[in-house]
Amino acid sequence: MIEVIYILWLRQLKHYWRSKSRLLGSLGQPLLFMITFGFGFGPMYSRASGGANYMDFLAPGIVSMAILFTAIFSGLEVIWDRQFGFLKETLVAPISRTEIMLGKTLGGATIAMIQGLIVLSLTYLLGFRIPSLFSLGLGLIFMALIAIFFTGLGLAIASKMKDMHGFQLIMNFLIMPIFFLSGALFPLENLPPAIYFISRIDPLTYGVDGLRGAIAGMSTFGIYNDLAIIGVLATLVCAIGAVLFSKLEA
Amino acid sequence: MQNILSVKSLTKKFDDFTAVKDISFDVETGSIFAFLGPNGAGKSTTIKMLTTVLKPTSGEISINGFNVLKEQDKARASFGIVFQDHSLDEELTAYENMVYHAVVYKVPKKERAERIQKALEIVGLWDRREDYVKKYSGGMKRRLEIARALVHYPKILFLDEPTVGLDPQTRNSIWTHIKKLNEERKMTIFLTTHYMEEAESIADQIAIIDHGKIIESGTVEEIRKRTETESLEEAFLKLTGRDLRDENNETGNKMRTIRGMGRRNRH
Repeated sequence: MIEVIYILWLRQLKHYWRSKSRLLGSLGQPLLFMITFGFGFGPMYSRASGGANYMDFLAPGIVSMAILFTAIFSGLEVIWDRQFGFLKETLVAPISRTEIMLGKTLGGATIAMIQGLIVLSLTYLLGFRIPSLFSLGLGLIFMALIAIFFTGLGLAIASKMKDMHGFQLIMNFLIMPIFFLSGALFPLENLPPAIYFISRIDPLTYGVDGLRGAIAGMSTFGIYNDLAIIGVLATLVCAIGAVLFSKLEA
Repeated sequence: MQNILSVKSLTKKFDDFTAVKDISFDVETGSIFAFLGPNGAGKSTTIKMLTTVLKPTSGEISINGFNVLKEQDKARASFGIVFQDHSLDEELTAYENMVYHAVVYKVPKKERAERIQKALEIVGLWDRREDYVKKYSGGMKRRLEIARALVHYPKILFLDEPTVGLDPQTRNSIWTHIKKLNEERKMTIFLTTHYMEEAESIADQIAIIDHGKIIESGTVEEIRKRTETESLEEAFLKLTGRDLRDENNETGNKMRTIRGMGRRNRH
């Protein structure tokens, strides 16, 4: 059981490590957001909040963003496996579908964590500081839960997709709204009711809020509430993914 | 056990199209069984059901004494399969593909290295084991897939058009390997092919399927005699007619509609 999960995990890490262009490419977007938004909105945020530093607010959001996109992509990779035929090799093997789901979730989540950590260390260069080791530890837990949730979500979606044609649809109508309405870039205050509602059912909202609470000391809902919500959601999405995988036909 | 594979009243329906209609057959342990039919006749659908990739609508399959639907993992451990389309991870090396297979098939750790080496030597790829699969030619990929299917010592090996698109040298070498496996390891071989001369020279038993039904089965001799023809190819054409067939895209099986509608050629 452990070894099967390990080999699935290892395969994904090898893919990640060997594709340097993807590794670098996926750092481009968070960096761009961090620099343009950080310096662009920084003065405005500062004035509106009465002197607070926007980078402290933004850094956890950008880290979450890096994790969100990497995790979703890793999950959706199963579609490539299907198209290149490799999925069949895994599906005819005498292993349980839960093992497949777990191996793939852990693999994708690990990659997303690595990307998140790279971005987190880059925020250091832009002046972001984490107050204590305890904050860092708590932050890592949030990062891991965000990574697991969105990899699981990517896998669950991928199990229902035959090819990459629906990819734009998912990006523009699911992932982008999840990102923009999560409070990663701006505070979720004084919003119109509809936007307010969506932001409150956005799973990433609680991930970002928790991470921000942990490493920047700013939280709307309270760190432990965030932890409970994102923890339950991550477990739930993995369970749903396992059910969907059990019905998977190559 | 006399029959390694036993199929009873197997049926597969996709919406309103029946791809496989109530077929039954047995494959004797240690034999080479060729499953022939024109494109779209139901061959691949049948193989997919036999190998647990697709769930049958009704019917029973037993492999190595295990019920394929109820004892899925035991049945899965009993067979090896080389799919019609490639199923290797091209971003990994040949050796890594073999290790992946050995682990997911739970080959004991101590035996892994030795079994992998043996299998790669059989198909002549041991020296190229560290190469990425994406650098392999079509024939090498096929040989690697055959080697991979041998690592967990399957009792029966399914080969779905293993020689399609390969040059005569590679085809010849692949059949030689397969024959050797059958003779030396008493491994049962279940194959499909469009090359009738290949089936004729290698198979002990043949079944011909068309429009989802088995229309003829027996040895080459028996089939030739019954159809009063000189070769398997003639017999095949006589039985299945000379009309050209369309086959819908493999992965789009579920979208398959009534024959003739939504025609799509195979890529």
